[in-house]
Amino acid sequence: MTQRIAYNIIQVLVVMIFSPLIKGIIDRLKERVQSKKGPSIFQVYRDIRKLFHKDEVISEESSWIFRFTPYIVFVAPIFVALLIPVLTDYPLFFAFMGDMLAGGSILALGGFFAVLAAIDTGNPYGPMGASRTRMVGFLAEPVFMIVFFTVSFVAGSTIPYIVQQAWITPVANFFAPAHILVLLAFLMLIIAENGRIPVDNPSGHFELAMIDESKGLEYSGRGAALMKWGGCMKFFVLLCIFLNVLVCPWGLADTGSSWGLLLAIPLILLKMLVFVIILVVIESSLSKLRLFRISEFMGAAFVTSVVAVVIQLAGM
Amino acid sequence: MVQLNALAGALFVLTVFGIVGMRQVIGSLRLFVIQSLLLAGSACILGYEYTSVHLFVVAGITIFTKAFMIPWLLYHMLSHEIHARREITQVLNIPTSLLIAAGLVIGSYFMVRPLLDIGAGAFLKVNLPIGVAGLLIGGYAITVRREALPQLLGILTMENGAFLAGVCIAPNLPLMAELAAAFDVLIIALVVGLLTRSIQKRVGSTLVGKMTSLKEE
Repeated sequence: MTQRIAYNIIQVLVVMIFSPLIKGIIDRLKERVQSKKGPSIFQVYRDIRKLFHKDEVISEESSWIFRFTPYIVFVAPIFVALLIPVLTDYPLFFAFMGDMLAGGSILALGGFFAVLAAIDTGNPYGPMGASRTRMVGFLAEPVFMIVFFTVSFVAGSTIPYIVQQAWITPVANFFAPAHILVLLAFLMLIIAENGRIPVDNPSGHFELAMIDESKGLEYSGRGAALMKWGGCMKFFVLLCIFLNVLVCPWGLADTGSSWGLLLAIPLILLKMLVFVIILVVIESSLSKLRLFRISEFMGAAFVTSVVAVVIQLAGM
Repeated sequence: MVQLNALAGALFVLTVFGIVGMRQVIGSLRLFVIQSLLLAGSACILGYEYTSVHLFVVAGITIFTKAFMIPWLLYHMLSHEIHARREITQVLNIPTSLLIAAGLVIGSYFMVRPLLDIGAGAFLKVNLPIGVAGLLIGGYAITVRREALPQLLGILTMENGAFLAGVCIAPNLPLMAELAAAFDVLIIALVVGLLTRSIQKRVGSTLVGKMTSLKEE
């Protein structure tokens, strides 16, 4: 009992500590692909530390939403990290507190407050980026739902720990068409939700073209640090769901021994490194879509997930 | 094996969607090549399961004609058209087209339901509806796209869909029929290609949608 609570807390700490590292590796790799030197992979940690030491400036026109949002954005991924398998393949203490839909809604709550805070200050770029984020968000929503329905239909449950077992028992299930199609749809979803390149350019500094980044423009000091860290953790948590529940449920700790748990940390980082390399290849070989082409990108994801459902329902 | 065949079928559907949703001609052509390779893969799996040499020959013919000869012919006859940077014009916009195509897939599952209820094997359950879907979506691409080359790709997609359904219904079709069909496809590509080329020389574009009136010289 106490052991399971302790493991759950370790899981959250892993998410908190290693999420900026993944972001740093992506930034570095992208620059290397463009044959530049690139920042150090620890640059994101330094940025966050620097921001914590700076003064915070808050507009007098803003309301309590603006002040509370960084904390909500920071805390939401931590709650989700309690629910999903990050290190172990058996349910931990808080795992039955909520299913995957609960996790999705907690993440959506963080996004919702970030959008409200961007509108709150009255800065012209904030609402523009916020409304674009909502546009991508509501196009992503049906894909999200259908992917979850397919996955829970296959596994007969919405608890992620049960779902991950369904894909690999027997191993032939791994090659089920519904599985591969759901993977593709979820990959497109991760790209859209995190503002990666075919949808949005995360390293662009031109306010008019921003989608995801413009929400945090008004923050400074501690607020900016929390928003940044929260964004890194959201990405990390989504990757955990993608890699541990959908793609590759191997390599997680399966017994109660603490060595297995310690071994699972480098393994999950290794899996993420492989995924990050694929992501960098995707980002470097595509160009950003025009705003109204995003609906086509999400339409493709939607159709992929619908085909997954149809094949699962009618074929098997 | 059943799962692998189903996977090939699922990816086949995705490439068919790509034929409807792609904006560049060259992308559609590449997808068509992938689609033909998937068809050949499905034929190989079925050939292994039914221990039928015919299906391996079908796979070989498919790879030869559709993955090599047709792209090669089109590259040589219409390289200007293929490498065009402009976007394919369509009657409906792409999200609507994709939704209609998804509807066609669901519809084809309902269409083949009575046939499957008679008592079908696991392979038939995958290949038949997906083949019918390929047939329908190929036909849809022909009606919606306004240019000659994408329409040709629509015809070839229909043909691929028919083959995918065919290899599971009749694993021991006489070889003559397969050869004739493959040769037919090659001739279709050749004729349409030549026609497109001469149209482009005369009129300067291959936008079929704009050619509504006859022109006297």
